[in-house]
Order: sequence, then C-alpha cells, then structure tokens
Amino acid sequence: MSDRLSVLKTYKLYVGGKFPRSESGRVYEVTDSEGKWLANAPQASRKDARDAVVAARKAFGGWAGATAYNRGQVLYRVAEMLEGRRVQFVREVADAEGLSKSKAAEQVEATIDRWVWYAGWTDKIAQVVGGGNPVAGPYFNLSSPEPTGVVAVLAPQESSFLGLVSVLAPVIATGNTAVVIASEKAPLPALSLAEVLATSDVPGGVVNVLSGRTAEIAAPLAAHRDVNAIDLAGADEALAKELEIAAADNLKRVLRPQPVDDWSATPGTDRMTAFLETKTVWHPTGSLGASGSAY
Amino acid sequence: MPTNAPSAARALLDVTSSDSTLRRFLHGLPGVDAVGLEARAAALGTRSIKTTAKAYAIDLAISMVDLTTLEGADTPGKVRALGAKAVRPDPTDRTAPGTAAVCVYPDMVAVAKEAVAGSGVKVASVATAFPAGRAALDVKLADVRDAVAAGADEIDMVIDRGAFLAGRYLKVYDEIVAVKEASGAARLKVIFETGELSTYDNIRRASWLGMLAGADFIKTSTGKVAVNATPANTLLMLEAVRDFRDRTGVQVGVKPAGGIRTSKDAIKFLVLVNETAGGDWLDNHWFRFGASSLLNDLLMQRQKLATGRYSGPDYVTVD
Repeated sequence: MSDRLSVLKTYKLYVGGKFPRSESGRVYEVTDSEGKWLANAPQASRKDARDAVVAARKAFGGWAGATAYNRGQVLYRVAEMLEGRRVQFVREVADAEGLSKSKAAEQVEATIDRWVWYAGWTDKIAQVVGGGNPVAGPYFNLSSPEPTGVVAVLAPQESSFLGLVSVLAPVIATGNTAVVIASEKAPLPALSLAEVLATSDVPGGVVNVLSGRTAEIAAPLAAHRDVNAIDLAGADEALAKELEIAAADNLKRVLRPQPVDDWSATPGTDRMTAFLETKTVWHPTGSLGASGSAY
Repeated sequence: MPTNAPSAARALLDVTSSDSTLRRFLHGLPGVDAVGLEARAAALGTRSIKTTAKAYAIDLAISMVDLTTLEGADTPGKVRALGAKAVRPDPTDRTAPGTAAVCVYPDMVAVAKEAVAGSGVKVASVATAFPAGRAALDVKLADVRDAVAAGADEIDMVIDRGAFLAGRYLKVYDEIVAVKEASGAARLKVIFETGELSTYDNIRRASWLGMLAGADFIKTSTGKVAVNATPANTLLMLEAVRDFRDRTGVQVGVKPAGGIRTSKDAIKFLVLVNETAGGDWLDNHWFRFGASSLLNDLLMQRQKLATGRYSGPDYVTVD
C-alpha cells in the first residue's frame, strides 16, 4: 500500500462540455488554509473567457428552450451525482476552507440540499413572478419570466462550494447559461463540480468553469458585448465598481455583491429573479363571433 | 527561367492538342507528397498574427470575401440585403472595407447588380448547372450567357467531375474553353469540387487543366459537399498557380470556398497565400474567400480590435 506512487489530479477548466487546459498554458499553485500545496489549478486567460462565452451562447437556445420540468430533472440529477461523490467534496472543502471533517460534511450536505431546492424551483418560479394581468378588453394579458441569457458569475471567494452553488444554481435553474469564475484561493471544489456537471445530463456549455485571477478574467467578461448579465458576488468593492462601469457599455444586468453572513440560510428567490426578463403577451379571449362576444 | 517563358507557353499549348497528349502531360506532373503537404499546411497555420498585422489581415480578408447566398430559398429581398451588406459590411464603422463581390444564382444577378450599383462590388454568378454540373453543354452555355446578359462580372463554373474521374480530360478542357468563350469579358472561376476528386494528385491535375483552358480563377469547391476548402488543398492549388506563372507568365487567382467560418481560419489562408504564391496574390483581384458566415466573424474581430471589447452576434446582421 505504502509503495504506491501517489496519483496526482490534473485540475482543468470546464468549457463547452470539455476539460481544456488554459489556452495560455499557465497554472497557479493552490494551497490549503495553512499554506500547504494542494494542486496546480489552471490560470485562465481572457481568451479562455471568450471561448467560454461562445460555448455558453451556443448552449443557451437549447437550455432556455428546455421545459422547466426537464431542467428540474437535470438539476436534481446533479444532486444525485454529488451525493455519490460526497467523500471527495468533503475532503476538498475541508482542505480549501480549513474546516474540520464534520463541518465540511455539513457544508457539502447543505450544498446538495441547495441543488435540490433550486431543482424544485424551475417549474414554480413562473407562478411566482409571472401571471395574468387585468385589462379592460376582450383579451388575456399574460406575463411570463424569460431567462436573460449568458450570465457571468464571480463565485464568492470565501465559501468555495456552498457559496458557489448558491450563486450558480439560481442562474441556470431559470434557463440562463453561465460562465463561472471559481474562488481564486480555493478553486478546487468548483473544478471538481464541473466533473459532476459533465456526468449529470447538463448539456455542455450551460455551465463553464474558469479558475485563475478573478480580476483578470472578470474584466473582459464585464466588457464582453455578448454577455447579458454579471453577478459580482466574488468581487471586492473596488473591483465591483470597475466591473460595473465596464458592464454599462452594453447595458448588462448587474447584481452587486451583497454581504452574506451565512450561506446555509434559505436564500429566497432574489437570485433567480435577478436574471429574469418579463415577457408580456396579449391574447384574444377567443373568436368574437357575429354577436361581438365570445361568451 | 523567364527568358524561356514564351517558348514554354507554346510548348504547353501543344499538350492540349489531343486527349492522349493532355493525359500524358497531366499524368506527368509530379505526384503530391500528401503527408508533406498536410504537414506544411498545418505548420503555416501556426503562425501568430497579432495587433497591426492582424488588423491588416482582417481588412484584407473582408475585401476578399465573395459574399455568397446559394439557397433554393433565395428571395430578391434577401439578395438585396446581401448586396447592401457587401457594400457596407459594418454600418457603424465607415472605415470597414466593402467585400469583393456578391455571389448568387443566375436568376438573381439582375437584383444583385442593382443592389451593388456604383459601389465597385462585383457580382459573381454560379452557372453551368451548379452545383452538380450534370447537364448538356448547350444547357450549361445557355446558363452562362443568361448570367452574363444579366450583368454578371464573374462566372463561377463547375467542371464535369464525372468526365474528369473517368479520365476524359479533353472533354473537361473543351467545356471550360467553351464556357470561357461564352463568358466574354466576365472573369471565369473554375470550381473543381476538390472533395469529390479523391486524391491530391487529381487536384493538381485539375488545377493545371483549368489553367491551361484559360481559367481566371481556380476555386476549390461549391460548398455543397461534405469536404470543402481545406488548408491542404488550397496550398496545393496555390503551388499550381505559382508554378503556372513561372512557366507561362500568366497569373491565375485562387478561391477557397466553403467551410471557412472564422477570422482565424481566414488568416491562416492568407499566410498560405503569402508564403506559397507570394505577395502578388494578396489582393482581391487574385484571391477570394467564398463564404457567408465568415464575414460576420471578421466584423466581430474588427470591432474587438477597435474597441478592446469582445463583440457578439447581436452586433452584426444575421443573414
């Protein structure tokens, strides 16, 4: 047993359903909370960000067009897969955040529950934020939520797994596609999550995971004209301001960083509704017949 | 050797005097080293073209595009829209060059001509029973005359691949000569449909055959089959036009068509041109891209270079 060579894992990016190395060829050292080396993570460049946006755009039509029920099934499947790899995630979260094994296990369990929670929301959010509007005429007037498009997500820096899923799941639950920048210090749980997503029926490109220097990757994403929204959860105050200015060019939706003390608290629907548009349609109540009334 | 060029040209004329001399000449061309050709094309594809060189290459590539619509569903409206785009590809940036030509079916030539009138953008028309080329010669020539009468500046013809593969080279030659005559002043592009010629040797033979018959351009493909323009077969054709000019003093253009969708691909082709045929071909009189979606990608890259921000498909027209 002790004679075995250790098999080190090569962490890679997740773009368009594939696991490429960074186009730049760079990696950076990831350490645990005590400074002990854990692994080398790819250090994504702006070209990786560009490729990720192309992949996310390509996947958008299919994912947004899938039925809400189907999206719920797929997200639930992610939770099933996570359940099977619990041990690995507990270890990675414990290393990344310097937690005891039992605390890390709590985090992972809360994360899996979070996926299930959002999986349930996919076909219910329309009832909450959509509906029939009263009008003075023989019409129906219906509002229904539509996904915004490609969303760039800066994952929280401190909570490497629960925080990540808490910002990612609401984005894709409603039909958006996402380009996620993992926590700079602790990207390994995010990169392993990508392996789970790849094996759980989430179409390639719906979630793209990049690791590296958050500020370096976020700048081109914020300025990118084919990104529809950006979630700044993982940006500090100065970076958030800079990115919000860059994002103004094509009128991106911007979700400013909000202080979160406890990621395990029930999140509410705010993170889902932040990346929804409202489509309103008029529809006649039926043929009006010669008498002028459909009734 | 330039001093021998005229006599060499006369010698070349003789090879087309009969089927057997033509076959002997074409089969006497050196065989293609397939592995070497593909390796050379791949090696040239790794050149890094950045900043000002990239800006130059993108503008050059835009000016070389034959903006193409060859669908059964083409409407006059679509052709007019395409014409407007060819004249001014990026309406938000007047420094963007126009494309070289629009390429349409013969019945749309008149509409296209009107759409690009006065802009310098040419109208090219496919003819000769495009894309299969399976029709009687009379029908093909009528097709060509129709397009020329409607005002086409350039004719894109397809060769009879069946006859070529059966070894009836003189029939193919005679057809090209007849079409060239019917085209009159219009420049003639000869499409070999390289994806159907099976071997690199055949592509080299077809290139020489086309050039001997008087083609102004040799073009890879129709865009209607599985394998279209590749760097390797375009490299081979570029070598052929280079060698042909060395022997006869006549310069012939090259047009890869189909499957070139990104700026990166287009720039790789420009590198092939510069490194193989030379700078003389880096002009839209001598090199063209047959493409439709390529133009949008070139425009997005151009916007990226101008603004420093990545652009997206929302900022170019979808056609």
